[in-house]
Amino acid sequence: MSGLWRSVVVPWIPRAILLGLFAFAIFGPLANLLLWAFAEVWYFPHKLPLEWGFDFWRQVFKPRGNAMLSLNNSIIIAIFTVIVSLAIAIPAGYALARRNLPWRSLILIAFLLPQAFPSVAVYINVARIFYGFGLAGTYVGVVLVHTVQGLVFAVWIATAAFSAVDRELEEAARNLGASGLRTFFTITLPLALPGIMASAIFVFLISLDEFTGTFFVGVPDVVTMPLLLFNASMEGNYQIASITSLLLLVPSVGFMLFIERFLKADVLAKVGN
Amino acid sequence: MMSFHRVLHDERVWSFALVAPALVTVGLLFIYPLGFSAVSAFSAEEGGWTFANFIKAFDLYSNDILFTVVIVSLSTVLIGFFAIAIGGYLTLGENPYAVAILKWLYRWPLFIPFIVAAQLMRTFLAKNGLMNNLIVGSGLLEPMQTQSFLDWRGIVITFVWKQTPFVALLVAGAMASLDRSMIESARNLGASRIRILVEIILPQVRPTIVVGLILSFVVMMSVLSVPIMINAQTPTMLTVDMAFRINAYGDYGVANALGFISYLMTGVVAWIYLRQGVRQGAAP
Repeated sequence: MSGLWRSVVVPWIPRAILLGLFAFAIFGPLANLLLWAFAEVWYFPHKLPLEWGFDFWRQVFKPRGNAMLSLNNSIIIAIFTVIVSLAIAIPAGYALARRNLPWRSLILIAFLLPQAFPSVAVYINVARIFYGFGLAGTYVGVVLVHTVQGLVFAVWIATAAFSAVDRELEEAARNLGASGLRTFFTITLPLALPGIMASAIFVFLISLDEFTGTFFVGVPDVVTMPLLLFNASMEGNYQIASITSLLLLVPSVGFMLFIERFLKADVLAKVGN
Repeated sequence: MMSFHRVLHDERVWSFALVAPALVTVGLLFIYPLGFSAVSAFSAEEGGWTFANFIKAFDLYSNDILFTVVIVSLSTVLIGFFAIAIGGYLTLGENPYAVAILKWLYRWPLFIPFIVAAQLMRTFLAKNGLMNNLIVGSGLLEPMQTQSFLDWRGIVITFVWKQTPFVALLVAGAMASLDRSMIESARNLGASRIRILVEIILPQVRPTIVVGLILSFVVMMSVLSVPIMINAQTPTMLTVDMAFRINAYGDYGVANALGFISYLMTGVVAWIYLRQGVRQGAAP
């Protein structure tokens, strides 16, 4: 008994304390969010909400309310961002994977630039330039800003997905008399589709979560979920802010848990190559 | 007509045509505004070149420039420390259950948006937040002794909470792909795990750590939501000052000068990295 105690329980004590602290650091803030999402009345110095309920949820999901409007805005903008991104990333990814392009690595790095510079000043100037073209405060302007941000993931993952497709299958189709375009649409694209889908989900999430670019380019007419969250939080309406946070959290955490199913190892190994 | 025909059949022209839309998008929507921002930082309102925007920026915001450097550097160091600790335990941990629990735990903040992380911390770190309530509940502090962490500490905590999983993921991946035989033989010779981590593993995964930390540095320099929502008082970070110059005064000159200063900061970090790479490459 004492042997078991010493060999099993004692080594677990420091481990359990450390893992417990770590779990608290990770889940503590999330737990606080859940408390606020269902709190109706809560003020200092009470440790827990005084009244619980779904009143604020009803307020958020009220048809034609501000929150539903911004949820709609976010989803519409994310869908169009995915469409625009894929429309330019699929041909680019195919060319980068299959054609002999001079300066190939330089081109790949160009898509990384938006991630390599602090972006606030860039968005300020994008907004200023867009203003001249009547794009400030429009859906089109916001979609364009989101597209640039997601482009590195869209192009890099598409390139990796096309690189992972077996060339011999394409050659077999060409030998049987299929045209280049037909080979692309019946062989190459379907085989690369899982990777392309992964990049589409990635871009969708980036657009859904994007705050800084929308903050400068979208004002005052385009309010997305992150902007609603921001406004609610700054006004001290923590319930609405927490419910909006939860709505943004669920797809992000879901993606984290399932990313390995979308991005197969053979594609992942080729990202950035 | 003949030459046009030849162009149509040139493989490279077609390849470039496929990449062109994506390149034009980055060019028009990122590189052009970036250049525009750099040029207008040095432009006077009435035309001509000037340093006036920079003089004004330093006059008004030198504290915030320092504050930004300190916050982002401290966060980068802490992120590096925790990422190495997590990666190290995942690689060298001897208890498969503890390793599995840690692996499941550490990734949660990875895809949580910054604005949501800011809102989480805004409630968690407040005077009446869950963190203080648990400290009081455990009897360590009296309710009136608690303090809000919503200042520079809150920004650092939020950055570290949000960015550590990203660097840890990269570092753990690099550590997992190392050759195990050297680690095993050092272990058999009786070397402690800390020593193996510092002397054998770290030198081999250093490039990955540095790349992860530089990317995190740039991300933290770009985030607006966290400093606005966690720490509204002065001193604050440059991102907040830029937004303020635009929204309150429409002052593009000073905002762009501050932007240029933040490009320089990341430039210095990237330069240190490149110089180190050259030195390492030159070493025998």
